[in-house]
Amino acid sequence: MINKLNELEKEALAKIAAAESINEINDIRIYYLGKKGEITNISKGMASLSSEEKPLFGQALNQAKVAIEEAINAAITNMEAQALAAKLAADSIDVTLPGKSFAYGSKHPITRVIDEIKEIFMSMGYEVVEGPQIETDYYNFEALNLPKEHPARDMQDSFYITPETLLRTHTSPVQARTMEQKKGAVPVKVICPGTVYRRDDDATHSPEFHQAEGLVIDENITMADLKGMLLTFARQMFGADREIRLRPSYFPFTEPSAEVDISCFVCGGKGCKLCKDTGWIEILGSGMVHPRVLEMSGYDPEKVRGFAFGIGIERIAMLKYGINDIRALFENDERFLKQF
Amino acid sequence: MLISYKWLKDYVDINLSPAELAEKMTMAGIIIEHIEYPAEGIENVYVGEILSVEPHPQADKLKVLQVNMGDKTLQIATGAPNVAVGQKVPVAVPGAKLPSGKEIQAADFRGVESCGMLCSADELNIDHSEEGKAGIMILPTDVEVGKNIIEVLGLDDAILDMELTPNRSDCMSAWNTAKEVAAVLGVKARDIDIAFTENSENINDYVKITVEDPDLCKRYTAKLVKNVKIGPSPLWMQEYLRCCGMRPINNIVDIANFVMLELGQPLHTFDYQTLAGKQIIVRRAKQGEKIITLDDQERTCHSENLLICDGERPVCIAGVMGGQNTEVTEATTDILIEAAHFDPVSVRKTSREVGVRSESSARFEKGVDLQRLPAAANRCAQLLAEYCGGEIVGGFYDSNPQEILPMKVLLRPERINQILGTDFSVNDILSTMERLDFPYVEVAGGYEVTVPFYRQDVTVEEDLAEEVARLLGYDKIPVTLPEGKTTEGKLTPWQKFVDDVLNTSVALGLREIKTYDFISPKEWDKLRLPADSSYRNVVKIQNPLNEDQSIMRTTLVPGVLNIAALNHSRSNSNIDLFECGVAFIPTGAQLPKEPMTFTGLVMGKTVAGWQEKAVEKDYFYLKGLVERFFAHWGIAQWRVAATDKYAFMHPGQCAEVFIADDFVGIMGQIHPLVAKNYQLPQAFLFELDLETIFQHLPESFEYHPFSKHPAMVRDLALIVGNGISASQVEAVIWANGGEYLRQVSLFDVYAGSQLAEGTRSLAYTLSFQAIDKTLVEQQVNDSVNKILCALDKELGVKLRY
Repeated sequence: MINKLNELEKEALAKIAAAESINEINDIRIYYLGKKGEITNISKGMASLSSEEKPLFGQALNQAKVAIEEAINAAITNMEAQALAAKLAADSIDVTLPGKSFAYGSKHPITRVIDEIKEIFMSMGYEVVEGPQIETDYYNFEALNLPKEHPARDMQDSFYITPETLLRTHTSPVQARTMEQKKGAVPVKVICPGTVYRRDDDATHSPEFHQAEGLVIDENITMADLKGMLLTFARQMFGADREIRLRPSYFPFTEPSAEVDISCFVCGGKGCKLCKDTGWIEILGSGMVHPRVLEMSGYDPEKVRGFAFGIGIERIAMLKYGINDIRALFENDERFLKQF
Repeated sequence: MLISYKWLKDYVDINLSPAELAEKMTMAGIIIEHIEYPAEGIENVYVGEILSVEPHPQADKLKVLQVNMGDKTLQIATGAPNVAVGQKVPVAVPGAKLPSGKEIQAADFRGVESCGMLCSADELNIDHSEEGKAGIMILPTDVEVGKNIIEVLGLDDAILDMELTPNRSDCMSAWNTAKEVAAVLGVKARDIDIAFTENSENINDYVKITVEDPDLCKRYTAKLVKNVKIGPSPLWMQEYLRCCGMRPINNIVDIANFVMLELGQPLHTFDYQTLAGKQIIVRRAKQGEKIITLDDQERTCHSENLLICDGERPVCIAGVMGGQNTEVTEATTDILIEAAHFDPVSVRKTSREVGVRSESSARFEKGVDLQRLPAAANRCAQLLAEYCGGEIVGGFYDSNPQEILPMKVLLRPERINQILGTDFSVNDILSTMERLDFPYVEVAGGYEVTVPFYRQDVTVEEDLAEEVARLLGYDKIPVTLPEGKTTEGKLTPWQKFVDDVLNTSVALGLREIKTYDFISPKEWDKLRLPADSSYRNVVKIQNPLNEDQSIMRTTLVPGVLNIAALNHSRSNSNIDLFECGVAFIPTGAQLPKEPMTFTGLVMGKTVAGWQEKAVEKDYFYLKGLVERFFAHWGIAQWRVAATDKYAFMHPGQCAEVFIADDFVGIMGQIHPLVAKNYQLPQAFLFELDLETIFQHLPESFEYHPFSKHPAMVRDLALIVGNGISASQVEAVIWANGGEYLRQVSLFDVYAGSQLAEGTRSLAYTLSFQAIDKTLVEQQVNDSVNKILCALDKELGVKLRY
């Protein structure tokens, strides 16, 4: 019987080795190991064996079953692996083909610059404050030390709605409104982005444009603090190796006043077309808040001081993105917009 | 403001090149925009004397000249009309170069050899007017033959173009500019020596002057000079005038202009003999009073214009323009010089009304130096005597001779350092006052600084701080950061919301645009708005740049349509755009309302790829976008209702959007006629009022646990009459679906031959689910039956299958 068993085992292993599909293997399993399978059948003859032969045969039977079982499992695993490999090979695609199409959106460059400015100043503890775009003469001019008939009003040719209201010519009225609202409390630390308007229209001037006004008031503010703040801004906006330069200037609402230049980010200060060979690029106006402005808004200039600065958003956008004509910003051609 | 470098050197020793000086001035606050060199491009042009003029043998229009150049005689052929024997003229000899780039060589002029060219003022870059082009420049007879023209005309100069800030109008004077240069360089400026002899007569015996309106004329001074001879002014003076952008006319006019440019005080010169009654009266005009000005125009005045009159009539519009009747002419012999202070605002208004802005009015508008009037009148008299042979009449008229006290400002060195954040020594600070020629004395708490009259801009200590800083150098200010209480940098919830709308729009594939807030009133007609449309109730600009930018938008729709049209015209037709900005709504209050408005437009086709076809965008594409916004905002109870009341929208494809009962905007297709007006294809837009939406944003929300039990799903295909909207059907389903109805979603809309006319099929999937148990069939069937009964009863909607 053991010989028969060995033969069956040999025969089964040969069939398994020759099998080509999982179905065939399953048939082999049933043929040999099923309830009516050959191995099952032969095991039924064990009862007729002597008590010495029984354990030997039992052992051999088990070995044969295990051997067949293992061979079947190995064959199945192998076939499944092959089938999977075949499927993977068949499913392979050109991964370089483009993906599904979705529409792309984009932010206007002016918004991008305003976002960046807000972020830079918020990280330095500034609140963002806004104000109306149609303003009273009082907030736009008078509260900023620009009484009626002041010659410096000519610097800002205005669009009037009535003799007492106009399209604001700068974001500085938000300064006056904020100070008035804070009722003499310090510190004040605000950045005020917004739309402003002046009667100018050419390649470098748009009748409508954007500014961000910054204002800080506290007990011991100095012009050196202004310089430090502006250097931080310039470096975050235009690169860590920027330097700044202050030049005396004039704004009715600040004294002393300064125009601020940054070292040219194209040539690094050596001189190029962008900086007109000066190494410097003018980016904003600033100064110490004029004592009359502080007084008018309820602050005592002997006790507190402040600085203010006004950043031209279009100017920054044009510099940052290399835009030559301000009108491109308001033309809104999609081929322009999609670059941002 | 233009200034001659050579002129400045008359008052200050400058050891710097014009470019170096410009750099120093700019860094001290007087910006030099540009430097021009008058001699640039001129080479080998010399003074020649015309010895003979002969006709050209071959050409009628040409003449042949013999010209004495000092060391030689040149034969020159010319077509110039104004040549004559004895004239001295600029001659470009062979090898010469002119500013135009032209090079001169000996040449054959139709058989006659010509060795050089006579130059016009235009060709020498001196005078580009018609007069300068009309003929050869004729030089005064006393110039030396053979001398280089650059030297003769004083062209070896540099013109500095100063961009003056409004506070530094004092530099509209060469002498004041020289004082500034002296302060910047740390040297002393020389004073102008105004010394002359006058006769024993008295001006007051010649003319009676009365100032009737001292509020508009704070001070009026006058000086009389007799027996002047009219002629050209000296060449050096002509060069200075030209450098400053003024054309030389004759010695009288040039001297008056020269003194104005030198001292900053505009002067007027009257032909004394033409003054009726030998009187000057300074008064407001009578309403409708007329005067013919120097430019031959008749001007009508009103009662706020200040006039200078003689005994009978107006002779000058004060500070703006003189009258023809008393103008200096070739026949003039006696000159009455006026140096006055006129009210800046009055001059400004009058000059605008008259439409004349002159060098003179520009100075009066800024406010002239009250104290300098006598000096200016006297300086003019001195030069008239020196260059016009005049005899200065004794005495001086002054309407307001009282002493004027200068401004005094307290200077506390410690406070200057506090303002600047510097550590300048007291000596350093005081040294700047000395450089500026601001006298000071020590007083309790600091120094009292006396500010000269011409520096009207210095009135408070902070002004002195700027003077100190700019002269010691802004680069000496250190770099620090503010100390003090820390503050929190943050956005308000509203600011966060608006930022989020922008970010979400971009994430959903919309491109942001920026359009002007002012628009054309013509837009309303293009939008087909009726005359009484509320959109037409606008804020108007009184002084727009043009009609097309004359009203403030009440909606962003026209701006968005125009940008869509521009892009369509450039074949960028498949776009989704949005703008976020304020509209301006008149309220009757002083300032209008400025609601933040969010407007989007979609047109053309969806993006195509190799897997999917592009399809035409439609109302539902637009609505899908809007739905995403509301989902993102967490606002569930929003709804739309069909409307046909917007003239610019398609009456069958437009909806109003509401949250609860609040109207928050519109969406739909643009009316085909409006699309045509804007030359647009079919396009869809939404306009939403962000402020109202913001009020409905959920302040907070809570997590709802979801059911772990399976949902039971029923599909219902309903036959719905065309007059009944999907939202009505859905409302009935929800109202009758019972507590377990979780979701109602439309999966098919069908209209066609299989259905009765006037009906369509809406197919919904209804999903039922309980939080705590598995529903049984019967519960769901009951709910569905209840829904179907209600649909039938309330809307006549029946089950299709």
